[in-house]
Amino acid sequence: MIDRQKMPPIVDAVDYQLELKPYAHHQLANGVDVYMIDAGAEEVLQMEWLYKAGNCYESQNLIAATTNYLLRAGTTQHTAYDLDEQIDYVGAYVNRGCYNQQAGLTLHCLNKHIDVLLPLIREVLTDSIFPAHELLLYQQNMKQRLSVNLRKSDYVAGRLIDAYLFGEDHPYGRYSSPASFDLLTREAILAFYDRYYLHGHFQLFVAGKIPADLLKKLNRYFGDLPIHKTDLPIHTICPSVQKKFNIQNDPAGVQGAIRIARPFPGRHHPDFLPALVLNTVFGGFFGSRLMNNIREEKGYTYGIHSHLLNLQQTSAWMISTEAGKEVCEATIKEVYAEMNRICNEPISEEELNLVRNYMMGGLLGDLDGPFQLIARWKNLILNDLPPAHFYRTIDTIRTVKARQLQELAQRYLNPSDFYELVVV
Amino acid sequence: MITFDRFTLSNGLRVLVHTDISTPMAVVNVLYDVGARDEDPDQTGFAHLFEHLMFGGSLHIPEFDQPLQLAGGENNAYTTNDFTNYYIQLPADNLETAFWLESDRMLSLAFSQKSLEIQQKVVCEEFKEHYLNKPYGDVWSHMRSLAYQVHPYRWMTIGRELAHIEQARLHQVKDFFFKHYTPCNVILVVAGNVHGVQVRALAEKWFGPISSGIRYQRQLPVEPIQTAPRYKIIQAPVPLDHLCKTWHMTDRLGPSYHATDLLTDMLGGSASSRLHQQLVKEQKLFVHIDCYHFGSSDPGLVTIEGKLVEGVSMEKAEQALNEQLNAFKRQQPSAQELEKVKNKTESAIAFEDMSVMSRASSLAYYELLGDAAWMNQELSKYAAVTTAQVATVSNELFRSENENTLYYYANPSA
Repeated sequence: MIDRQKMPPIVDAVDYQLELKPYAHHQLANGVDVYMIDAGAEEVLQMEWLYKAGNCYESQNLIAATTNYLLRAGTTQHTAYDLDEQIDYVGAYVNRGCYNQQAGLTLHCLNKHIDVLLPLIREVLTDSIFPAHELLLYQQNMKQRLSVNLRKSDYVAGRLIDAYLFGEDHPYGRYSSPASFDLLTREAILAFYDRYYLHGHFQLFVAGKIPADLLKKLNRYFGDLPIHKTDLPIHTICPSVQKKFNIQNDPAGVQGAIRIARPFPGRHHPDFLPALVLNTVFGGFFGSRLMNNIREEKGYTYGIHSHLLNLQQTSAWMISTEAGKEVCEATIKEVYAEMNRICNEPISEEELNLVRNYMMGGLLGDLDGPFQLIARWKNLILNDLPPAHFYRTIDTIRTVKARQLQELAQRYLNPSDFYELVVV
Repeated sequence: MITFDRFTLSNGLRVLVHTDISTPMAVVNVLYDVGARDEDPDQTGFAHLFEHLMFGGSLHIPEFDQPLQLAGGENNAYTTNDFTNYYIQLPADNLETAFWLESDRMLSLAFSQKSLEIQQKVVCEEFKEHYLNKPYGDVWSHMRSLAYQVHPYRWMTIGRELAHIEQARLHQVKDFFFKHYTPCNVILVVAGNVHGVQVRALAEKWFGPISSGIRYQRQLPVEPIQTAPRYKIIQAPVPLDHLCKTWHMTDRLGPSYHATDLLTDMLGGSASSRLHQQLVKEQKLFVHIDCYHFGSSDPGLVTIEGKLVEGVSMEKAEQALNEQLNAFKRQQPSAQELEKVKNKTESAIAFEDMSVMSRASSLAYYELLGDAAWMNQELSKYAAVTTAQVATVSNELFRSENENTLYYYANPSA
């Protein structure tokens, strides 16, 4: 008979010697940096053209996002339909993405179609015309989508908490309104495209099973594009003075969207890495204290999480959940009780050991596959962090002491420092 | 080509092994052949509630998640109308931990009253979060009960109403467990940095001693063929009118399944698809419009749904949609259009197969359908579809007698 009470012996994940497979770095003729991870068994590629053309660079709300979105709306050679048809014909995905600092295109395709796709990508990045009728349709449909989203308490809460943390005029806290869509003009979009795409600056991130002649092809299609120095405009963070907010959004709502958040320094700050561990204990995974108490003990919610925001210039510590309308107050009370507990009592070795193993096992899984590897490298490169940062992360997970984490909690997890928002 | 080994334990547990030594991880995927379609109509949502209880401790192990996290692993589960799937990913070195955990909860749960009460609350909050507190969250509850009259697809996996979840009792949980959660009703897939001999030894050791149970014989009521169009009108305090239509289609193993799947891609699902081009971009009647199906095991539904541009009447939008469908039925699609959706399918499969987790769950699913090896035949089945077949299927499908329509009106005072 086997002893089912006894856990089989395990290899502690904290003992793994994890290595971040290095990328190959190249430069195109124009000096554009290309980062490549060659891995994987499938004949597929992921390529990302990342421009300095995110929200931080715009001087009017939504210009960066709209320019990015309408990159597929037509060129002097092809209509939007022609572009869509050609991309779909080879089963490729060309996704647009506009973030706070970067914006660009991501291509996913089978290797065999690369020769059709690279010239198309060049075309949209250099020859887009942003037809007026496409802009009009975009404005109409985006406003209507917004009207639907504004009925969702979690959507409204997500916008408002960012505005409280960073101020409505900061790119991190700015949000859209029907009026901001109405104010968009083709001229402003063309000007943004001209400055930040045609005369801007981009980097290329490539992953998958890389064909031998790919670099040559990238040079052919992208090595002659002009590259200009593009400085990041300075924005001042202007946090809200008021700390507590209750918003009535849907009179028939049965749940409240709760957000509890405070400013937190960015990735370069020495507290950031230990805070990743502390956050995991507190609310960062299924076995966290918030989940155990508020979901598994009390049943107030389907899920509750905390995380450190992934921003380049700063960060914030945020707790988010959707809880029954009648238990919102009790939920918030328990979140603060957990903050007090983590400040007042050191984390036991048993709990900390579990979290260390969980985080290392997760990291091992996260490094599996070409797309995951390039994502991790991209995060380091865009944040100006050296490869050693990855190994410092591992070191911190392995060695951070309960006492250090308690001190960290005492510095950052004080209920009075947090913004508190409930949207019903 | 996804390679695998397959064996069956003497208690009927089917085991598949898929080796990929390029990853340091292992995946253990346990598929139970029970879904929301197997529920009592007065006790809907039970299969999904039960899935939550599988994490509430088993006979010898009070806590499921903790030891797994200690072993560097992660796990989750989901319930569909057809089956319930549990999966673990962990460092391959600690593979045995997953066998220990999964076998103990297959042997017997702890059946804790407290766990039941808590998870009833958690699932009610999940119900509220996804279906009650979201605009249009009840579209599928209405559509399912309109399109199906007797087949259990007429309710959603979350259940028909909160009361059904609140009324569940512990003795019912036990009955459900011993009826469905037994080795002969399970497919186990072990994938990643593992090998056959090792998996066989672990399977014998941990799952071998569990008694087989009785193979559940599914006898579901067959949905009668629909003979007249059905409608339902809803008024709700949402910002935009929403039109949702469904048509009864073949089951997952039906000969026209692949043609139906490709047909939905021609109509919706990509920027160049017909309905998006015509109704969103050209005629500007819809904010968005999609065409898809769920790929359910029993005969499913092809769905077209979209939100109307403010000011466009439901009649006008519906008429324009009908014109598109009529044109699609009248004229066979071009070879190029068919090639396009085949290419899209080929690429979607290649990207899906990159993850070991996704390969493991696909193997389990195809084995449930009848044979895991079918997974490797999918591409050639899609390649064999002809334009004539697509035309035949679209004419069978888009008949008004086969149609269900939900008119979901925006009404601020509803």
